[in-house]
Amino acid sequence: MPDKKKVVIFLLLVTAYSSYSAYLYLRPPFQAEPIDELADKGKIVWQENNCTACHQIYGLGGYLGPDLTNVYSKRGAEYIKAFVKGGTPIMPSFKLSEEDMSALLVFLEHVDQSGSSDPRNFRIHFNGTIEQ
Amino acid sequence: MALSNNNSKPVSHYFLFFALILLACGVTYGTIGGLQYLIPGYLKETLSFEKTRPLHVSSVVFWIIIAAVGSMLSYLPQHTGKKIYSSMLARIQLMLMIGAALAITIGYYAGIFGGREYWEFPPLFSLPIIIGWLLLIYNYISSIGNLFKQPVYVWMWLTGVLFFLFTYLESLLWVIPYFRSHVINDMTIQWKSYGSMVGSWNMLIYGCGIFLMDKISGEKKYSYSSIAFLLYFIGLFNLMFNWGHHIYTLPTHAYVKHISYIVSMTELLLLGRIIYKWKDSVSTARKYFYYLPFRFMVAADIWIFLTLSLALAMSVPAINVFTHGTHITVAHTMGATIGINTFMLLAFVFDILGEKSYYVKQNRKSIMIGFWSANISLFIFWISLIGAGITKAIWQMKSNQEIFGEMMKNLWPYFLSFVIAGFVLATAFWIMIVPLFRKNPQSANDK
Ligand code: HEC
Ligand code: HEM
Repeated sequence: MPDKKKVVIFLLLVTAYSSYSAYLYLRPPFQAEPIDELADKGKIVWQENNCTACHQIYGLGGYLGPDLTNVYSKRGAEYIKAFVKGGTPIMPSFKLSEEDMSALLVFLEHVDQSGSSDPRNFRIHFNGTIEQ
Repeated sequence: MALSNNNSKPVSHYFLFFALILLACGVTYGTIGGLQYLIPGYLKETLSFEKTRPLHVSSVVFWIIIAAVGSMLSYLPQHTGKKIYSSMLARIQLMLMIGAALAITIGYYAGIFGGREYWEFPPLFSLPIIIGWLLLIYNYISSIGNLFKQPVYVWMWLTGVLFFLFTYLESLLWVIPYFRSHVINDMTIQWKSYGSMVGSWNMLIYGCGIFLMDKISGEKKYSYSSIAFLLYFIGLFNLMFNWGHHIYTLPTHAYVKHISYIVSMTELLLLGRIIYKWKDSVSTARKYFYYLPFRFMVAADIWIFLTLSLALAMSVPAINVFTHGTHITVAHTMGATIGINTFMLLAFVFDILGEKSYYVKQNRKSIMIGFWSANISLFIFWISLIGAGITKAIWQMKSNQEIFGEMMKNLWPYFLSFVIAGFVLATAFWIMIVPLFRKNPQSANDK
């Protein structure tokens, strides 16, 4: 393979990749509405307490605890609060301020409203693709 | 290599030593994390799972990245025939990496998080990593000069260093509110960056792998061949566009999923080639099997086959719906990062540090025991995780699910064999790497 050809292929791939990246940054799946300050703060609380180490959102995260994508609609705010405050034999109890706790709940509500993570809701097509 | 002598080791060796320490720590944290699976509440007050998991994952990910850089910096002068452009820059980079790793570790122990999966530390700690990486890019480009008439591994290393920086920065885009304003947008970019980042360190590692195979066989035919470049471009294509297979179940753009489904399937070509080349590989393996680094390469080859088969299956969305969110994903991740990345990196480490080591020669037998124990235990480890994953996958699809805690109790036998195998695996790594740290006795140097 001559060097020139390699450079051309490389540059073509890089151009395609950059365009794809830029397109995704500018056209995200959900149009950025006015940012919900509280949900945003709740996300930071989620990260700073590293809930992801044991929990998943949309199946991504650690696996010691359950997926929490739809816990908000399934269990409700009070139930979540009780778990976070009290912990379980495995889950530590988190001493969150009232403010952080309500932010966290708004974040979990936001996650819940974004879709369902339950694999039972998918329709499987013959060509291997799936649809919700 | 003539460039090094025993008194003043090249800086690349210190990258490797530092990386090996991270590996030793990382597998130890992994074992503690495993015990927490078995014994609910184990060390909950002092080192709960939200600390052990990031300690484990960040340590081993840094092991992979830093060892890959160290190997590349060791092989680079062997390729060019002259020293790397600036060992001072490399030294500064190493200092920055060590500083970052220390800060991150202390932070984890203290419960200071703020990042996301794999990089759970506060984003500010990324600064030294990024600065160090910029130095590496400058150092690398200055060392190779230009790309003309270069073998494939020079291209792969360049791709690896450039894409790691890009994807690492991309993984930090969330600090800008625009990117994190909606969880789906945020997770799309997060997994876009992670998927490609793995591809970038694989470029560094596979590049070193090709270099080492050339060196062992004493010919450079392959690394200049068209087929080598073709496979490199398939790899690059996948690095860029296959990441969507991590997020098939995320309600993101449908085209992201279709693109990655199609692109991922091009890896069937790689799988096909492995099978096609099987006989050749076996006869080469027989020829060089006595050589320690080569043995690790053979082990990695087998793990490439197993991992790629599992990965291809999981890249079909219809199968992914079942495996996603289960320990099958962990089997895949650890199968790849241990079986492929770690074994290949150990091949380089034994080639670079082990060649002249008196204690590696002395301990050849125990290293071999470590090697076989690591492979056998990894297989049991892998199968146990897949078993746990299948059981959970069935549970996920049931209409009348028992509660989560009950399901986890049913997985206990799998976790037990996972943890026992993990303990053997960790011990095997310790046995293999400890001799590398021992200084040669004076008498061995004089010879
Ligand atoms: C050390 C691991 C760990 C960490 C860290 C952790 N959890 Fe948990 N969590 C668990 C486990 C395990 C369960 C399941 C409890 C059971 O089955 O007994 C659970 C259960 C829950 C539940 C109840 C889910 C249900 O459907 O019943 C909620 C809500 C929850 N956790 C929220 C959180 C939040 C929010 C955080 C971060 C502030 C967090 N957890 C951090 C381990 C953890
Ligand atoms: C070189 C050796 C190792 C490497 C490179 C490695 C790598 C990894 C990676 C990348 C993950 C994240 C998985 C994911 O998110 O899908 C992980 C998780 C984990 N590893 Fe390892 N690992 C190694 C050895 C071990 C050992 C010896 C054990 C001991 C049992 C272990 C136990 C664990 C546990 C418990 C998790 C967390 C699983 C969860 O999220 O619930 N690892 N490892």
